[in-house]
Amino acid sequence: MDHIELSLTQSLDHCIKCNICTSACPVAAVTDAFPGPKYVGPQAQRFRHEGQPVPDASVDYCSGCRVCNQVCPTGVKIAELNARARAQIVAERGLPFRNWLVARAGLVGRMSCGPHAPLLNFGLRLAPARWAVEKVIGIHRKAPLPASSTYTFRAWFRKHRAPTTARRQVAFFHGCATNFYEPHVGKAAIAVLEHNGFEVLLPKQQCCGLPLISNGDFKAATSAHEANVQALVSYARQGIPIVGTSTSCTLTLKEEAPEILALHSEDVQAVAAGTYDIFEFLRSLAERGELKTDFRPIERHLPYHQPCQYRAHRLGSPAMDVLSLIPGLVLEESHAECCGIAGTYGLKQEKYQIGMDVGAKLFAMVKRSGSDLALCDSETCRWQITHGTGVASKHPIEILAEAYGLEL
Amino acid sequence: MRTIETDVLVIGGGATGTGCARDLAMRGIRAILVEKGDLTHGTTGRYHGLLHSGGRYVTKDPQSATECARENVVLRKIMPHCLEDTSGFFVTTPWDDPAYGDVFVKNCRLTGVPVQELSVQEMLRREPMLNPQISRVFEVMDGSADSFLATRSTALSAEEYGAQIWTYHHVVDLVREGDRVTGAVVEDLRNGERIGILCAYVLNAAGAWAGKIAAMAGVTVTVLPGKGTMVAMNHRMVNTVVNRCKLPDDGDIIVPIHTVAVIGTTDVHVPDPDVYGIEPDEIQFMLAEGDKLLPGFSQYRALRAWAGVRPLYKDRDVVNDRDIPRTFKLLDHAERDGVEGMLSIVGGKWTTYRLMAEESVDALAKRLGNTRPCRTAEEPLPLPPTEHQTTFRPPIRTTGPGARVAAEVEALQRAPLYWLGKHLSEVEREQSFADLICECEMASRSRVLAAIDAGAKNLDDIRRDVRMGMGPCQGGWCIYRTTALLFERRGEDGLSQANSNDALLHFLQARWKGLVPVLWGDQLRQARLDELIYVGVLGADRLRSIAEQGGGLVTDNPAVATEYVKA
Ligand SMILES: Cc1cc2nc3c(=O)[nH]c(=O)nc-3n(C[C@H](O)[C@H](O)[C@H](O)COP(=O)(O)OP(=O)(O)OC[C@H]3O[C@@H](n4cnc5c(N)ncnc54)[C@H](O)[C@@H]3O)c2cc1C
Ligand code: SF4
Ligand code: SF4
Ligand code: SF4
Repeated sequence: MDHIELSLTQSLDHCIKCNICTSACPVAAVTDAFPGPKYVGPQAQRFRHEGQPVPDASVDYCSGCRVCNQVCPTGVKIAELNARARAQIVAERGLPFRNWLVARAGLVGRMSCGPHAPLLNFGLRLAPARWAVEKVIGIHRKAPLPASSTYTFRAWFRKHRAPTTARRQVAFFHGCATNFYEPHVGKAAIAVLEHNGFEVLLPKQQCCGLPLISNGDFKAATSAHEANVQALVSYARQGIPIVGTSTSCTLTLKEEAPEILALHSEDVQAVAAGTYDIFEFLRSLAERGELKTDFRPIERHLPYHQPCQYRAHRLGSPAMDVLSLIPGLVLEESHAECCGIAGTYGLKQEKYQIGMDVGAKLFAMVKRSGSDLALCDSETCRWQITHGTGVASKHPIEILAEAYGLEL
Repeated sequence: MRTIETDVLVIGGGATGTGCARDLAMRGIRAILVEKGDLTHGTTGRYHGLLHSGGRYVTKDPQSATECARENVVLRKIMPHCLEDTSGFFVTTPWDDPAYGDVFVKNCRLTGVPVQELSVQEMLRREPMLNPQISRVFEVMDGSADSFLATRSTALSAEEYGAQIWTYHHVVDLVREGDRVTGAVVEDLRNGERIGILCAYVLNAAGAWAGKIAAMAGVTVTVLPGKGTMVAMNHRMVNTVVNRCKLPDDGDIIVPIHTVAVIGTTDVHVPDPDVYGIEPDEIQFMLAEGDKLLPGFSQYRALRAWAGVRPLYKDRDVVNDRDIPRTFKLLDHAERDGVEGMLSIVGGKWTTYRLMAEESVDALAKRLGNTRPCRTAEEPLPLPPTEHQTTFRPPIRTTGPGARVAAEVEALQRAPLYWLGKHLSEVEREQSFADLICECEMASRSRVLAAIDAGAKNLDDIRRDVRMGMGPCQGGWCIYRTTALLFERRGEDGLSQANSNDALLHFLQARWKGLVPVLWGDQLRQARLDELIYVGVLGADRLRSIAEQGGGLVTDNPAVATEYVKA
């Protein structure tokens, strides 16, 4: 067995039962339905046996936020163990239709995105419609569903005229949210990259597969990742950086898919090594003195939440670092573990309240700031923040584009 | 001295003695069983955990093989809740004689041990961690067995039929009148009271201690204590019992039992069954042997090591120790030594304990004029109160030599076989995860309380009932919790805080013994945390001055102390 795989499956052996993860887990802190990382992870794992029926169900309450991994003093890969345990449950008991649906961000996005979007968005704002969706599908009536866009990012990009002065190339991984719900985030990223002298290439791509992983549909997740690797590997091999604005998508390409799905081919590794979060990429430019600093001052004080999926990259705070170059801009870090949505977790009828309780600390911080705008790198987190506080939210790349004075 | 009278006094609360007590009681013969420690205090509680298919003995000890094969099926029917149907592989590694495979199969056929050859590919599909260089694989009906639970259940049945089970009663002397043994003097270790037991027969089932007991009646029985050491690893990297396909040797079996995988054993002659140590080279040797079966085995986390002593009976006519057969033997001291009133049952395996009891009780019944037949092979054992009355049945095995029996056992519609996920599934069903006392082994408060109420005399007794303290942290979190429960529950019966402190110290010491031989890597890290908890936070090192034996508990009594010489 490959050493990465061993380091995951065997990591339960390192647990010294210290309970640090249990004290840190944001979900265990707010609900009795979840016994906590130590129990569902290294502990329950000793009672699981692939040839026997799945003995447990409570692991399904793990949101996958990976806070436990970060605090564990001995390096137990708890969140990954949990993801695999959930996949066993799904393999045995099947995937509920609701989870099947929310795990397919791309499919849902494709169906709802387009000229009919305003109508659909209007419909989904109506209480009776949401009540029906909750009863029939199990998505909580209050859960923050994104508004679909009238056009896709890819359609915009096809018509977009790139400057001809570019010296270097990057490949952009937009993910589902940017393509179907928030093309403006992608536009900002393209503008910033082009402003810094890059030609942006747009590889063919699918959903990164994270929602499939976190809903336990490993089969579909594996084919999504394999397709992405096939589409991206030539860029990686040519040394063209693959850059994304969705911190969960980039984490999935870098680490989650290979580790959790046990995909370790050379191509997978090449793509993982060649993928960067956009601010990770911009920060490395800045470190080499290659980032343009022709910023206009932005005299604002804004709350910033680093998503748990971003912290899991173990990069420090690249967005904070880059945005600190903008004169006048002051960011206040949330220091909250998680916003509670955890991708599709907080949408689910039985988990919505847990998600809101997990996010309470973050919501309070955002409200206390008195700001009318909050920054956060991950799309579902932004929707959750806005849902929990009424405060608008943006991706940090949008502020950066604004500071460069770029037309979007 | 108080004196009590009975038909048969059984000495030894291991599998054999307890099985005898049940068989006697079921035939309506009055019996008292005395055991100096808790049930399974001896070898039964320190064995490897293997329900033998018989495969191990097919060449060197065909009679044992046949006995194991028969009893294997019987035990599945009478104690499914104690057994896991893991199945077993005999594998030919590059270090084993490739020619033995054919001999093995032939001898399996001759001895009636069901066997079936598998492709290496199929073996790796089922157990991907095994050495891919293994060249041949034979599947047999091995299983794993919880001897604590089995003995507890057997004792419960014995009591239901009227037998008396006296644990923590140490036989200090046998009473001999002329050519006849007429009884024994036992000491109640809780309070030092001596009690006389008058009986028609003494049944000496003291395992490795049988020679010591016989000597009390002036009879020589040579039992050579053969120490075997085992190492439990933190989790099961295999779910099938794996044996090397060769003549029995050291470190050649891995048994997945409950949450751990146990490698064993060694076989070292020791002078006294109460005095032995665990040597570092034994551990190292076994981990290295483990690497041959499962590459990387030695790198996994070792949890604990322990040792037990084999009760090898040396007949008077055997000159060379190596020729000692591994089968059991019933010694009739009237015939053998001209001493009436005593039988000794020696040797054997855990797997054949019921058969040993049947033969012993057949002989006793005949002498007592009792003609009732043995029914221990048909009637299933009751579940002790510490067990979940589980309703969930895992799917039954449909392939391999065990498939037919699995279906047969299932058809009996009694308690289902044990399965690894059992305790987790019960905790999930009850939603009792916030009420776990031993988190590692998923022992909930209600089960720990049931063990206390069943008469635990120290924390180690509770461990045997619910596996409290047997997980990765080796009691780091559950020892103090269990101590508190013990005090809460027994405080009114005279158990003082000082007695509780003593129970805590006693158990900490017992856990520590098994940790010392494996103190490196993860387990060393664990021991450091446990030390912080007990010494740093709770000040257990200063508890000695406010700890006191008593309160109905038995802790540091020399009669039940095992000396680990060097460890
Ligand atoms: C290392 C090892 C591994 C083994 N693995 C397996 C295996 O995997 N499968 C298998 O089938 N078999 C196995 N065996 C064999 C098996 O464990 C033993 O044959 C069996 O447990 C013996 O049971 P017993 O009841 O005869 O003896 P014991 O369990 O030793 O019982 C004798 C009892 O007598 C008590 N006693 C002694 N002196 C006195 C006294 N003066 N007063 C009162 N009580 C007294 C002792 O405390 C003890 O509890 C193994 C043996 C060893 C040593
Ligand atoms: S991933 Fe997050 S929710 Fe899941 S156990 Fe870890 S800390 Fe808790
Ligand atoms: S933090 Fe790590 S070592 Fe501590 S209990 Fe959790 S998994 Fe175990
Ligand atoms: S929702 Fe945001 S903060 Fe929460 S789980 Fe995701 S990335 Fe983490």
